[in-house]
Amino acid sequence: MGRYLLRRLLQLVPVFIGSTFLIYWLVWAVPGDPFAGKCGERRCPDQYVAFMTEKYHLDQNVFVQYANYMKNLLQGDFGQTFSQRDIGGIIATAYPNTLKLALVALAIEAVIGLGAGILTGLRRNGFLDNLVLVSTLFLLALPVFVVGFVLQWLLGVQWQIVKPTVSSEMRWSELIVPGFVLGSASVAYIARVARTSIAENRRADYVRTAIAKGLPMRRVVGVHLLRNSLIPVVTLLGTDLGALMGGAIVTEGIFQINGIGREVYRAIITKESATVVGIVVVLVVVYLVMNLLVDLLYAALDPRIRYE
Amino acid sequence: MSDILVSEQSAPGPGGSGRPSGRLLEVEDLRVEFRTRDGVAKVINGVTYHVDAGETLAVLGESGSGKSVTAQTIMGILDTPPGFVTGGQVRFHGKDMLRMSDEERRRIRGEGIAMIFQDALSALNPVFTVGFQIAEQFRVRRGMGRAEAKKRAIDMLDQVKIPNAKSRFNNYPHQFSGGMRQRAMIAMSLALDPEVLIADEPTTALDVTVQAQIMDLLAELQRERQMGMILITHDLGVVADVADRIAVMYAGRIVEEADVYELYAKPAHPYTIGLIDSIPRLDEKGQQLRTIKGLPPNLMNIPPGCPFNPRCPMVQPVCREKVPPLLQVGAARASACHFAEELVNRV
Repeated sequence: MGRYLLRRLLQLVPVFIGSTFLIYWLVWAVPGDPFAGKCGERRCPDQYVAFMTEKYHLDQNVFVQYANYMKNLLQGDFGQTFSQRDIGGIIATAYPNTLKLALVALAIEAVIGLGAGILTGLRRNGFLDNLVLVSTLFLLALPVFVVGFVLQWLLGVQWQIVKPTVSSEMRWSELIVPGFVLGSASVAYIARVARTSIAENRRADYVRTAIAKGLPMRRVVGVHLLRNSLIPVVTLLGTDLGALMGGAIVTEGIFQINGIGREVYRAIITKESATVVGIVVVLVVVYLVMNLLVDLLYAALDPRIRYE
Repeated sequence: MSDILVSEQSAPGPGGSGRPSGRLLEVEDLRVEFRTRDGVAKVINGVTYHVDAGETLAVLGESGSGKSVTAQTIMGILDTPPGFVTGGQVRFHGKDMLRMSDEERRRIRGEGIAMIFQDALSALNPVFTVGFQIAEQFRVRRGMGRAEAKKRAIDMLDQVKIPNAKSRFNNYPHQFSGGMRQRAMIAMSLALDPEVLIADEPTTALDVTVQAQIMDLLAELQRERQMGMILITHDLGVVADVADRIAVMYAGRIVEEADVYELYAKPAHPYTIGLIDSIPRLDEKGQQLRTIKGLPPNLMNIPPGCPFNPRCPMVQPVCREKVPPLLQVGAARASACHFAEELVNRV
C-alpha cells in the first residue's frame, strides 16, 4: 500500500509537468497582442510594452518562460495580472466559493441520485422506476444552461421561492438551486448506475445467503447489498467531484457566483494569460489528487483490490 | 427410519393442514412453478418428504429435477417472480411455514433451519471478512457485543477445523481456499444451532479429496448436534456414507424413496437403476460408461403419464397414459413406478 502510494505520487510529477507545460504553451500561443486595448483609446507607450515584455519574459522562447513560471510557482508565487493584481489572491478568493458550490452539488448527487437508484433498483418496473427513468432521461437531454435558466426563472422570478442570484455571502441555502443545476446531469447518471448496480447485486448469491441467515431485510439491503453496489457509484462520484471542483463557468455565470469558473472565463476574455495558466494549474492538481483518492477509496470498499 | 412413508403424492389425503405429527420438518405435496416469458415451467409437481432430528435425508437428482428449488422454498428464498408456490405445505414442528408472516419465517431461518450453498465463494459476501459474517449472526440475532460475538465466531471456526481460527477471523473469503470457504460457510450456518441443516450440493465445487473431508465434517457435526439434515446432491457416491434415507427426484417429483442400503441393493424405479448403473466402477475398467439415454423432460411440457417414460428401458403402454403415484413397496420404501412390485421382487 505504501509503495503503491509512493509510486502513484511519483507518477503525478511527469503528468503535472506535461499538462501544465501544454497549458502554458497553448494559452500564450493564442494569437493577438496582450497589450492591445490595455491603455484605453491610445496605443500603449513603448516603455510600458518594453517593461511588461521584460517582466513576463515575452521576448524569450516558451521553454524559458515556462521554466521561469514554474520556478516562481513552486515558491507559491502565481505571478500577477497585467494590472498588477496578485493571481494567488484571485484564486484564494474565488476557490472557496467554487468548493462550496461543488460540495452542495455533490451532496445533492449523492442523496438524490443514490436514493433514487436504490429505490428503483429494488423495485424495478414499478411506477417510481418509470418516473425516475423518464425524469433522468429528461435531465440528461437538457443542457445545463437550459436547466439553469429555467429554474432561475421559475423558482427565482415567477414563484419567488428563492433569490434568483447568489449573494456574496454564499449562504448554503442559496446554493441549493445552483448546486442542483450543476449536478443535474450527474444526478441522472448516478441514479442510473446505482439502479443497475443494486438490481444486479440483488440477485447475487451472497444476498440470498444473507436472507437465508435470517437477517432483517433492512440489514440485508443496508449492509450486504449496499456495500457492494456502492463501488461503481463511488467511482462516479469521485471523478465527478474532480470535475465539479474545476468550477462551473455556466452555472456560476447564471447565478452570479464569484467562483473559479467565472474568473477563468473573465481571464480568457481579457487575455490575462497568466491568470488562466495559474487557475488551470490549480485545477489540474486538484483533479489528479482526486483521481488518486478515488483509486485509494476503491481498495477501502473492495478488499479484493490490493495495491502492490 | 422405519416409519411409514407418506404416499399421497398424486392424491393428497384429507385435511393434512396443521395436523400434529411430531415430525421436525415435512414437505407435503409441494407445487412450484416458474412463470417466465416463454411459458410456465412446472418445476415442483407434488413433492413430499420429511426429515426428523438426528437423521440425514439425501435428495438425489440431476440438475433441473427440482431438488434445489424445493430447498429454496423451504428456506423462503425462492426468487419470486419467476417462482411461485402453487400448492402444498412446508411444516416445521407441524406448523405450515408457507402461511406464516414474513417475520415469523425470518426468525426460523438460521435458528430453526439453516442452509449451506454450493459455491461458497459467491455465497459469502466478498467485501466483509469471514469473521464478520459469522459474528454477524451472534450480534444481530443474539444481540451480543462485538467482543463476545468475535469469541463465539472464532469458536465456530475452530469447530469446523479451520487452523489458526483466531488469525483467520480477519480474512476475506477470497483469501480462503475452496475447502476452507465451505468450512466457513458451514460455521456460519451452524452459528445459531439450527435444528435442520439443508446442504445444497455442498461439495460439488470442490476437489475430490476435499469433498470427502467436507462430507465427513458435515456428518460429524450432524451426529454431534443431532440435527436433521437434508443433503441435496446429484452424486450417488457422496450420499452412500452419510445418508440414512434417500429420496430420488425426477422432473419435480419424488420417484423413489428408500433406506440407503435398500436403495443401493435393490432400486425400485428404472430411473434409480439407471443412476446406479452409471456410476463408474473399477471392475469394469476399459468399458464404456453406462448412461441413461435421452434428456430430462422440458418442464414447460412434461410428457403425459410417467415423466420418465420417454427414457425408460422398460416402458409399457400404461406408462404413457397414467402418472404412477408414489406408493409403498415393502416395509419402508416407496416408488412411483407402475412396475415397482416387480422390480423389488426380482431376483
